Amino acid sequence: MSALTFTARGMPAADIDCGGLTCDSLAGKSAAEVAKLPILVGGRQTPCGDVFDVSGSDTMQIVFRGNGATCNRIGAGMTIGSIRVEGDAGDHLGLQMKGGKITVTGNAGDFAACEMKRGRIVVQGNVGDSAGAPLPGNKKGMSGGMLVVHGNAGERLADQLRRGQILVAGNAGAYAASRMIAGTLVVLGTVGAHCGHAMRRGSLIVRQRPPLPATFADCGTHTLAFLPLLMASWKEAGAPFATLPVNPRAQRWMGDTGNGGKAEVLVWA
Amino acid sequence: MSESTAPARNMVINGTVIDDTFAEGFGMRGTRVIITAQNHRWAFNAANAMTGFATSVIACGVEAGIERELAPSETPDGRPGYSVLLFAAGSAVLIKQLETRMGQCVLTSPTSAAFSGIDGGDRINLGKNLRFFGDGFQQSKKIGNKRYWRIPVMDGEFLVEETAGMVRAVGGGNFLVLATSQPEALAACEAAIDAMKKLPNVVMPFPGGVVRSGSKVGSKYKALMASTNDAFCPTIRGITRSDISPGIESVMEIVIDGLTEADVREATRVGVQACCDIGAKGGIRRISAGNYGGKLGQFQFHLHDIMGGTQ
Repeated sequence: MSALTFTARGMPAADIDCGGLTCDSLAGKSAAEVAKLPILVGGRQTPCGDVFDVSGSDTMQIVFRGNGATCNRIGAGMTIGSIRVEGDAGDHLGLQMKGGKITVTGNAGDFAACEMKRGRIVVQGNVGDSAGAPLPGNKKGMSGGMLVVHGNAGERLADQLRRGQILVAGNAGAYAASRMIAGTLVVLGTVGAHCGHAMRRGSLIVRQRPPLPATFADCGTHTLAFLPLLMASWKEAGAPFATLPVNPRAQRWMGDTGNGGKAEVLVWA
Repeated sequence: MSESTAPARNMVINGTVIDDTFAEGFGMRGTRVIITAQNHRWAFNAANAMTGFATSVIACGVEAGIERELAPSETPDGRPGYSVLLFAAGSAVLIKQLETRMGQCVLTSPTSAAFSGIDGGDRINLGKNLRFFGDGFQQSKKIGNKRYWRIPVMDGEFLVEETAGMVRAVGGGNFLVLATSQPEALAACEAAIDAMKKLPNVVMPFPGGVVRSGSKVGSKYKALMASTNDAFCPTIRGITRSDISPGIESVMEIVIDGLTEADVREATRVGVQACCDIGAKGGIRRISAGNYGGKLGQFQFHLHDIMGGTQ
């Protein structure tokens, strides 16, 4: 069986809500049936076949091709299967995802892995702002699973992260790990201003000292036994994370003392 | 450890008589903990302390021992370690003993870390409650589907997995070594323990793996529920209903706890064979086993069945 493939018909005139096009909701449907399903395009219900050429039959493997930057909510709420986006993805990639895997070969928009609970998202390019954050007004961001970004991340990365891991190979924008509740954020490149703002618990792991707020306190350099275990879990994330030399030594900063001071920023070479 | 039935027919291996009797085993609950440290010396110190005073459930709560040494490549955190097995008569006792032993023996030991050695089974607390020692400074880290606790301590950080796997296990496997002299009995037991320690999933919980004070159920003193196994005490054999044949001066016992019936059975076979390899020329006259007439335990380890084919 070939993967169920959605190929964009030219440049879409409006944002497309792909939230209903998941392995869960399409199970047992043929390509012809899927093409008749209504999806929201610019807020109006439109047959899926009007914006996508639908082919293939394996609903456990879904592929989006073409201009996907306007395709929002890809993989929203999915629990099983895999979605591959060949090109860019829009906003809310993997929104409230509960399992399975999403791979994006290009960039993803804002709020990637928003309120994600389980599963894995791999973005080969960049992600926009608020990756791993909650929806506006909600108080808990991503609460499980793994988001791997091979490019850069925008602002408010891991805002109110509750659990799970976010790995960024490139740089992160301002306010990374802001209001973080728990979980792990790893940035191999640089981190922007105000990182860890109001961070409550959890770990921000970086390779060079970021511009930390004055409310973070230096706790010295230590051997931390959990680091090799954590790094072992990066094997499945592939290079560059899987090939990093295992090093349990890190300089530990704790803060934000303006919000409990129990979070940590580990500067690890 | 227990009463024994008199031999009915004999099997002889290398001159050593194998009694036609059986060891009576009991269902237990068991768990395995992997303890690591900066080097094997300190991993051993923690493992040794954790398995101390754990010879018999009668008074120690658990029966425990070091299963084997682990190379860095075999441990979760890539450091040298030891695996230990703990067995108890019930889950409540095991849970309590694991917690207190973890808190007093492993948490306290420099550079130590502790992990579950059994992935499946019922999950019981390993570090879940120890975390409160951190007084609010403890940190949780969930990696994959396992949660770990990082507890700040004076030498750095104590890393401990939140839970360990508890499984149904088998305790009370045993065999008795009857020898013409005390040194010969001990030498045979040492050889047996050396061979049995190479096996996975079993521990021999008594000091050095050997017990010289086997007991029977009951006593002339009402307060005691167990007393010396007079049927195998050589110095009173003339005045008791003795199971000791002429020429035997010393009896020692090896008790085996294992994760499965097959593990105990294999350990019994290896241990008895090691004694028989020394054989009658080395003073090993008989191998017997302790039981309660088959009325109390749910497992029976018949020596003739186990040693069949090696005669």
